[in-house]
Amino acid sequence: MQSHRWKTLNHPTSSKFFGTKIKVTGDFLFKNLVAIVAASALVILFITAYVLSTGSAPVVERFGSGFFFGTAWNPVEGREIFGAFPYVLGTLVTSGIALFIGVPLSLGIAIFLVEMAPKALRVPVGYLVELLAAVPSVIYGLWGLFVFRFWLLNYVEIPISTYFGWIPIFSGTPFGLDLFTAGCILAIMIIPTVASISKEVISAVPNSIREGAYSIGATKWEVIRHWVLSYGRSGIFGAVILGLGRAVGETMAVAMLIGNATGPAAMPTSLFKPGQTMASLIANGFLEATSKLEVSAYVGVGLILLLLSLMINVGAHFLVTRIFKVKGGIVE
Amino acid sequence: MSNYGFRKFLNRLFFVLCAACIVIAVIPLLSIIWEVIVRGAPQLSLNFLAATNSGGGIGPAIQGTLILIGLTSLIGVPVGILSGVYLSEFGNNQYAQTMRSINDILTEFPSIVVGITAYGVIVIAIIGSYSAVAGAIALSFILIPIVARTTEESLKLVPNSVREASLALGAHKWRTTLSVVLPSAKSGLVTGTLLAVARIAGETAPLIMTILGNRYFFQGLNQPMAALPLEIWRDSLQPQASLQAQGWGAALILILIVLSLNILVRLASKGRMRK
Repeated sequence: MQSHRWKTLNHPTSSKFFGTKIKVTGDFLFKNLVAIVAASALVILFITAYVLSTGSAPVVERFGSGFFFGTAWNPVEGREIFGAFPYVLGTLVTSGIALFIGVPLSLGIAIFLVEMAPKALRVPVGYLVELLAAVPSVIYGLWGLFVFRFWLLNYVEIPISTYFGWIPIFSGTPFGLDLFTAGCILAIMIIPTVASISKEVISAVPNSIREGAYSIGATKWEVIRHWVLSYGRSGIFGAVILGLGRAVGETMAVAMLIGNATGPAAMPTSLFKPGQTMASLIANGFLEATSKLEVSAYVGVGLILLLLSLMINVGAHFLVTRIFKVKGGIVE
Repeated sequence: MSNYGFRKFLNRLFFVLCAACIVIAVIPLLSIIWEVIVRGAPQLSLNFLAATNSGGGIGPAIQGTLILIGLTSLIGVPVGILSGVYLSEFGNNQYAQTMRSINDILTEFPSIVVGITAYGVIVIAIIGSYSAVAGAIALSFILIPIVARTTEESLKLVPNSVREASLALGAHKWRTTLSVVLPSAKSGLVTGTLLAVARIAGETAPLIMTILGNRYFFQGLNQPMAALPLEIWRDSLQPQASLQAQGWGAALILILIVLSLNILVRLASKGRMRK
């Protein structure tokens, strides 16, 4: 008899539980056990919210809105002042560069893989692009520091700065460790996210749309440009927002390539100038913090980063699920 | 149509442009792999893999990363899988829907913020020092939502008829779940879990303020510990060429661990999983 092993569990035993009579069975125990474990998500969220809000309280109390809009960053005791504004801007600028370069590339990849590539190429090339997501961030940083930065410096930054240096956003002497390099490495890192979601969106466009377009004499590119992309544009927009979410939170590669500026020097006035994002500031500076107030300032920057990334991701989820409902599952 | 030739030209042009996008995206990948092999391979030797930093090796970092992977899996995988079981098998209610959305949000948390959380809870409040266990907990905060999600997805692929057959034979729901549903979804579970582990193996940011880094071999769960990603980060910022080369060697080991996990899983699952 194999069954007597769990017989005791299967036999209902009555017990009082907060005054109500319930049957304690194996199913009851199992269901509640996994339900409690599933609450781990809530616990993690709660702990994060608690640590970040209590941790950042001292600096917010001391500087108030000056913490959010100030530009100075001075940990010297007695003259402490912390302002997170340059790093918020730095995050927005690097993510903007990443989207500006990464989104067209990702769309090209998605279109090529779904609409144009020979069948034999689709799967292996798709794997290669997805492998980009598997490379650890710190290895992007290492490669960026010793290889990629010199490509950009010699073939992009120096020519642009020579001929267009009079435009304010290209001013300064390029050195390779700046906002532009950080933005470019982010562009590479968001490609797998944006490309794979766009690929799903494009392959979910019904074939009847394509057939209808071909039947009125459109070329392949016109079908893609005017019918496929416009049918899937809301899904693609969701993909772009998720890519933005990834770019905003990315830490190590940016921390190694952005040049590690602090204080007013970190204001992103030129692309070819060292800068700092919120994530890279924490990674580069957290361990050097000497006072409680300085640690609190880093935690506060973390809180702003979390709120920004939450806003982006919740927005994207809301947008994407609403699109699914309206269009009847364009992506899934 | 007089402009038919132009339209055909545009068609060709965009074919070439889209193909060029693929090439532009693949160049970094190939360059990364090439550089890591060319600069990292000359470092490899028994001494490099086993000695401490003062002996010219990265033994502590390799050991630390393996311990981190083990500890994180020990904490994160059971919790993640059981959460996924709840979401898939009992998940037709408001509570489960809430947990599902929270999991979705957690997977998008910036990893450095997770590091601060573990710092505040473990390093400051519970243990009182930078420690191996703080790193493992930070990484499991990243691992749990991913595993919960992939578990839910692979359990949903098990056809309902399988569950009904088991229930019809008189098995209880818990018995059905443990002995029928989970084993049927085994390959999906293994794939999802291994991919999640491969992802956390390369995480660096949450380790900075949790395990701190160390020049010695493992000294206890409540002590600072070394890890490959931290080793790569610190070495790459050193001015000495020999330390930079050591960083490339460490990068080779890390990329071998991460990419081989990914490629093996993908070959083994042959497109069963969408992601």
